[in-house]
Amino acid sequence: MSWGYLSGILILTGINLMTVLGLSLLTGFTGLFSFGHAGFMAIGAYTAAMITLKFNILPESMFQLQFYLALIAGGLVAMMFSLIIGKLTLNLKGDYFCIATLGFGEAIRLILDNVDYFGGARGLSSITTQGTTTLTNVVIINIIAVTVLVFIIKSRHGRNMVAIREEELAAQTIGIDVFKYKMISFAISAFYAGIAGGLMAHYFGYIQPIMFKLVKSTELTIIVIFGGLGSVSGSVVGTILLTFLPELLRSFANWRLVLYGAAVIIIMISRPQGLMGGKEFSIKGIVRFFAKRRKEEVKS
Amino acid sequence: MSYFLQQLINGLSLGSVYALMSVGYSLVYSIMNFSNFAHGGVIMIGAYIGYFCLTLLGVPFFTAFILSGIGSGILAVSMERIVYRPLRKRNAPFLYFIISAMGASIFLENIVIASPIGPTFRSYPAVFSTSPIMIGGIALGRIDLLMFIISTLSLIGLMYIIEKTKIGLSIRATSYSIKASTLMGVNVDKVIFIIFLLGGLLAGLAGMLFGMKYIVYPQIGNITTKSFIAAVFGGLGSLPGAIIGSILLGLIETMTSGYLSSEYRDLIAFVLLIGVLIFKPTGLMGKTTEDKA
Repeated sequence: MSWGYLSGILILTGINLMTVLGLSLLTGFTGLFSFGHAGFMAIGAYTAAMITLKFNILPESMFQLQFYLALIAGGLVAMMFSLIIGKLTLNLKGDYFCIATLGFGEAIRLILDNVDYFGGARGLSSITTQGTTTLTNVVIINIIAVTVLVFIIKSRHGRNMVAIREEELAAQTIGIDVFKYKMISFAISAFYAGIAGGLMAHYFGYIQPIMFKLVKSTELTIIVIFGGLGSVSGSVVGTILLTFLPELLRSFANWRLVLYGAAVIIIMISRPQGLMGGKEFSIKGIVRFFAKRRKEEVKS
Repeated sequence: MSYFLQQLINGLSLGSVYALMSVGYSLVYSIMNFSNFAHGGVIMIGAYIGYFCLTLLGVPFFTAFILSGIGSGILAVSMERIVYRPLRKRNAPFLYFIISAMGASIFLENIVIASPIGPTFRSYPAVFSTSPIMIGGIALGRIDLLMFIISTLSLIGLMYIIEKTKIGLSIRATSYSIKASTLMGVNVDKVIFIIFLLGGLLAGLAGMLFGMKYIVYPQIGNITTKSFIAAVFGGLGSLPGAIIGSILLGLIETMTSGYLSSEYRDLIAFVLLIGVLIFKPTGLMGKTTEDKA
């Protein structure tokens, strides 16, 4: 396995991870399901690509800066859309929010498909890949993303979100603004997805509406569940496993998606809490785990 | 005027096939309260069964039709057994059902691609001549006509079962409350078996009709997104709603491609979905679910 190939997979893992982290906050910690995050990725990708392609305001030497700005702009535009969608649909119960996001994701794809300004079905191409989505950049952005996410979850706001996940009515009774926190969670997850989209555009060098199909959204949600709802480290481990596994199985090409589908069903039936099951990976935890083992060994 | 009438009839026949698919969705939703995304896979398998019955076995057309209905029915029922029943017994939240359904749909689609059938596009042998029937200056495609007749007959049959028979009564009772109907002696497992059987049967017919009208390929199940929209449009969980929603969607789609551009067809469908969800989330005839604490 050459380094180029490996770093390519790592970059893809990082891009997936960005979206999965946002979804983890939305699904794992707030208890909302989205089947439209590929749509937010598309918005981020197109915004970022348009900025680096067509709006070269900064001089050539400051291209790096422009790339970062483009990423942030992609995230912000995706966030703006999420606020509009959220405002309209977050009051709906259960399934309906899920359906609304599904409709949104597909509508975005079809709009991009039909608007000539965005290249139609052929999409945008010749996006600069030199010095943009490098492994270093991806790793740095992911580290920032994980840190911010952990801080949000540990804060009062994060605890409010968990309260909403556990029991919406009870959360409301003790004075948590349920709608507001759902909005915040949705907006943050869209922001993450937007940045992931920007990274993706600058990794492949081209984007097409077909890259952001419903299957992509499903895949992302499946990763979150596979890793374990309510666990950031679960999401990280889940993303790494589920991005690497298909690559390793590439020689089985056709059968790997069959296995994937079967695996999803088996997980849902036998281990619905996912890999980590709401627990976090920490050094303390590992130490405790081994200490407990030793104790048991001594006992026996 | 005759152009309009023709579009109207095309729309009705397209809508009636959507209706065949979306009643399957609606039946499952009305009782189990989740969207069965694996329904598309069942439709796809139905289309393939019909295709192979006609080409390999060479059975007569209507036998192939019945076989594909039965095959899909069995598939839908066994899917319920393997995938949903364990979740049901555990009282899993609805999202696990949705995810499992997605898994099942990925599984079905790709097992066809990986099997010797492969991802190739196949077209049905010509059972009927393609020359349209002319009635008063309106050209009616024979397949369109067949689609409309078969769908209408099956839907009438379904409505009869639901409204007039004893099992239909227990289906209706279960859709109000699983708990209460269990107390009244309704066998919920049996009801769920029946709805999956009925849904699967109709899905098989719809799959075969779609295959005949267009073409058969592993992703044909994606068409169910449309029938799903139709179900939401009419009101999730309501059978008449699903039928009316489907027919309206069929009409809107054919009118859009007839008068505007076929590119906007799908877009309009999704915009409609979002519009309905925003302004009337229960759809045209959906049951209002009150959230009780």
